[in-house]
Amino acid sequence: MNRSSLPVISSRFLRIWNRNFMTYRKTWKVSFMPPMLEPLLYLAAFGLGMSGLVGDVSWRDRSISYVVFIAPALLSVNMMYNGFFETTYGSFIRMYYQKTFDAMMATPLFLEEIITGEIIWGATKSVIASSIMLAIISLFGLIRYPEGILLIPISFLAGLAFASIGMYFTAVVRNIDLFNLPIFLFITPMFLFSGTFFPLDTLPGWAQALAYGLPLTHLVEITRAVAIGPFDTLALWNLIYLALFSAIFFPLALVKMRKRLIK
Amino acid sequence: MEPVVLAENLRKQFGTFTAVDGISFFVRPGECYGILGPNGAGKTSTIRMIYGFSPLSGGALHVLGQDVTNSRQLRKVKYRIGVCQQENNLDPDLSVLQNLEVFASYFDIPRSKATARAQELLKFIALENRKDTSIAELSGGLMRRIVLARALINEPDLLILDEPTTGLDPQSRHQIWERLEGLRARGITILLTTHYMEEASRLCDRLIIVDHGKILVEGRPLELIREHAGRDIIEVAEPDAKLRSFVKERNLRHDDLGHRLLIYCGERDQLYREVSDYCRDGCTLRTATLEDVFLKLTGRDLRE
Repeated sequence: MNRSSLPVISSRFLRIWNRNFMTYRKTWKVSFMPPMLEPLLYLAAFGLGMSGLVGDVSWRDRSISYVVFIAPALLSVNMMYNGFFETTYGSFIRMYYQKTFDAMMATPLFLEEIITGEIIWGATKSVIASSIMLAIISLFGLIRYPEGILLIPISFLAGLAFASIGMYFTAVVRNIDLFNLPIFLFITPMFLFSGTFFPLDTLPGWAQALAYGLPLTHLVEITRAVAIGPFDTLALWNLIYLALFSAIFFPLALVKMRKRLIK
Repeated sequence: MEPVVLAENLRKQFGTFTAVDGISFFVRPGECYGILGPNGAGKTSTIRMIYGFSPLSGGALHVLGQDVTNSRQLRKVKYRIGVCQQENNLDPDLSVLQNLEVFASYFDIPRSKATARAQELLKFIALENRKDTSIAELSGGLMRRIVLARALINEPDLLILDEPTTGLDPQSRHQIWERLEGLRARGITILLTTHYMEEASRLCDRLIIVDHGKILVEGRPLELIREHAGRDIIEVAEPDAKLRSFVKERNLRHDDLGHRLLIYCGERDQLYREVSDYCRDGCTLRTATLEDVFLKLTGRDLRE
């Protein structure tokens, strides 16, 4: 391959972002609902129901209430879901059923720009949903400020990481039903075992090591470090992990997509 | 004048399967050029390389003077062509007008100009009162017209149409043809694939018939008919042995299809009268068409 035939990514990916934003605005009232209502349901279930059983939990040698403990985790899970599901089901439908990418490729856009636009859009959806959820959770005084504002750029990075791996799966699954596999083997275990609903140090050592391989574990640690404090070097390492995760899966998704679509 | 498309020994390979096997042709500015062939002949593979969807496996390809294997030059080409793909891949999440506007944005056309251009095109395809309709509510024929309008949003120098009327009813097909004739009259260069011979005869200035990735013939529709099928054809249903020996005796150009015999003829009336004596289930004298040429060259066997 000579240099002139290498993939090109210009700011044209913003056109795809725009297209997705345009369709999103058509249904924003419906899209706003889950991030507004979900935290209320979770906080009600865990705050009123579970916390009586659980009592306080320890976080970085501090004792905090269970609701304070899980609020950042709810935000993290929300970031993961919005990034991941946009570039799996959302992108797959556009690519496979609607042939939207095919039509776009007959314009000045190159495939890499289309996929970049989709992934950045996934990250943006994470930002939108997280901002809404953050506002709701903040009403209950579960987030410290001004540090809490940092959760918005963090939701972009997290969205980028999960949208990238989502797009990777979209590039490799044969049909839409096969998304059940990464969801069952990757997303659901993360939802349960990433220090979301119980502190990781209650797990045996090997399980803790395993959990630290998962991106959601790092994301939950960052959001807790921001929302509860302290934001220390450990949190920086978590951020670096997420950045590296994106730096691996973003180009990988581009390569795999080219392999799938360019024939 | 520099050709709009110049393909030299163009090849496309999918694994061990050769879809396009070294074809060469050129399209002149302002002409309507057809690529004809049965299913799987390599038509779509060829034009996908032309609009930059598929990389070349071999050969050289210049579109609007640019080398499409160079991504910088390909980008320039992509700005100046309009493509009507085989599927109606309109954006179902958007309305009719939005489909055109969003597409315009991919060509960096500013919003206000895009809206004006979109309205103009909706008028051209006689759908200006459906601009807010959602795509899902449209029939196949209407969708096709919008796909055509969408391909024109950037005022392309080259319009590429991949089987533009496949699956349409006769009314819709004629609607599309009229629009394409209008565009041709305006001097826009058109590259078209089809397996409808009527479409090719009506629209194309020149065409190639391809099969198994190779060009079988190239020429003007009428010349190809004259050369390969003659002027007229006598079609005999259920020919008997006497007719067959008559044909053999007179050494007439013919195709024996078993239940049907085609006799290619120059001097029509005289021969027709003679053949009529052998007609049991009916004889038809008709003008030779491109379809006769096509079937003669690509065979009558079914394709996958």
